[in-house]
Amino acid sequence: MSDWVITADSLTKRYKMGTVVVNALNGVSLNIGAGEVVAIMGPSGSGKSTLMNIIGCLDRPSSGDYTLDGVLVSKLRDNEVAHIRNQKVGFVFQSFNLLPRASALENVELPMRYAGVTKNRTQRAKAALELVGLGERIKHRPNELSGGQQQRVAIARAMVNNPAIILADEPTGALDTRSGKEIMDLLLQTNAQCGTTLILVTHDPGVAARAQRTIRLRDGLLEEAQA
Amino acid sequence: MKLTHLIKEALKSLTANKLRSALTILGIVIGVAAVIAMVSLGRGVQDSINKQFSSMGSAQIMVFSNYAPGITDPKPLTLGDAEALKDIMLAPDVKDVAADLQGNGKVIFGSKAATVSVYGTTGNYAELNNYDFMEGGYFNEEQVSGQSAVAVLGPTLAKTLFDRKTGIVGETIRIEGQPYRVVGVLKERGASGVSFTSTDNAVLIPISVASQRIAVRQTRGQVDTMTVVVRSSSRVNQATDQVKEILRARHRTPIGIDDFMVFVAKDLLDSLNSLTTMVTLFLGAIAAISLLVGGIGIMNIMLVSVTERTREIGLRKALGARRRDILVQFLAEASLLSMVGGAIGIALGWGIGIAIMVISKNSGSAITPIVGLDAILMATLTSSAIGIFFGFYPANRAASLTPVEALRSE
Repeated sequence: MSDWVITADSLTKRYKMGTVVVNALNGVSLNIGAGEVVAIMGPSGSGKSTLMNIIGCLDRPSSGDYTLDGVLVSKLRDNEVAHIRNQKVGFVFQSFNLLPRASALENVELPMRYAGVTKNRTQRAKAALELVGLGERIKHRPNELSGGQQQRVAIARAMVNNPAIILADEPTGALDTRSGKEIMDLLLQTNAQCGTTLILVTHDPGVAARAQRTIRLRDGLLEEAQA
Repeated sequence: MKLTHLIKEALKSLTANKLRSALTILGIVIGVAAVIAMVSLGRGVQDSINKQFSSMGSAQIMVFSNYAPGITDPKPLTLGDAEALKDIMLAPDVKDVAADLQGNGKVIFGSKAATVSVYGTTGNYAELNNYDFMEGGYFNEEQVSGQSAVAVLGPTLAKTLFDRKTGIVGETIRIEGQPYRVVGVLKERGASGVSFTSTDNAVLIPISVASQRIAVRQTRGQVDTMTVVVRSSSRVNQATDQVKEILRARHRTPIGIDDFMVFVAKDLLDSLNSLTTMVTLFLGAIAAISLLVGGIGIMNIMLVSVTERTREIGLRKALGARRRDILVQFLAEASLLSMVGGAIGIALGWGIGIAIMVISKNSGSAITPIVGLDAILMATLTSSAIGIFFGFYPANRAASLTPVEALRSE
């Protein structure tokens, strides 16, 4: 047992699109170390999203084993996988995906609610918002915040349960260059401070350039792995 | 997830679409209100029937002559029969017996005149029928046996003749030309009572006087109707048998071809009660259909809501929501819709009941709708059950979405 936080062994994923079977992943094996910053790149249809979904425990591989933080996720039941997502994965989406009717604070509290945390829940959420520089705007709703600020709330929400990995899917895709840079700074800063593994799924070579290594996918296979 | 938070979240998402939620609730409101109004109204009608019977006395048996063809040598009912029914040995369940004769006559006071029913009765008639008096009282047995020319007026007749409410006792009126002293005026009973005699527009005189002047009959001491009061309403059947037996013996009729008829008020009351119960159930069932339609409305709107919020469901699942969390979230919304609708519906149904009461009172025959605790409980339980039942399918659909598909939807 090493300090790999992610171990993927010959992952495959097949979909049925109507009558056609699509092979999205054709045997992907990779390891990601704890605290690493990794970018996953690849053109549309390369299997990038599928791999991200499996890494984020949103989907299961058709075959192959996937281990996240010591847990063999591919063998778990649905509710157990939900628990893993809650505890070990923080998601940052391109379109922020905040609950529109809830305040920033309530949005950040949500993962803790699903975890059943009642003690210091509000304080922890407030602390997370302060960490991303939004301590003043905890009562604001998403539509009262700028794109960059919404993404900060999303990062606070991803961080709040102290996950093993943060999975950021095009985190700067919906932002202007300046906010995008700020968000990247923030993500790298949390990685540096908390040691949380950061996985960036992106088209943007500028984003990928800030990762320690880049994993490229093409046609459901790893193209190259740069150490 | 705590209950208060659950309700708060459900409220938040329901108030985000106020008009839609209000219209959905309206379906339940109408259903519940209809059920409550129908059931309470049915109960009210039943109650008012029971009240009218109890004023007439449900422990009463009426006896009439029966001159049906095929009965040889029918004998009329007589005062002698009435006396015989009071025999404590042969009829232990009979408390008292009154008798009366019915006729018509022209009643005159001063320049005012009216042609009304004239009842000749025994002295205990008022007590047996629970009459109340505006003024004075009823004539007694001595006045009956002494053939006193005294009269008791119904309230409508009194108004026609005197145009005043008091000071009528002691006046002298003429019935078919002969003078009678007024000894009492009855209180109004209303025409809607289930009774064979309406005494509001009538005059009552001693039966001994009536048999000679107003309602002259062939047989001496003949009467038209006998009113038998039973000691206890639970002994009505036994008393009926005793009455029949005595009359058969006196009239020497074989069993099966009685020359008299016995009418038991309680039988009518029972059949009326079962009728109103049936009508109430029927109306309630029709109203329940609208409740069902309301429930389908909830299901429909929840399905729309699930479709609209697929992405939100996906996000919640990504953040660690279990199947159960999503299920409970959507069920909470559906139940909240139906429970709010139920509460408003109960209030509205009650209001409809009160409105009907006011209208019925103004039109003369008051029906007081009875909203029982059981009806409220039923409505609450039913509407919550509807919320959960019709909310389950959409909620289950939401909970069963896979996070990937849910997140992918736009």
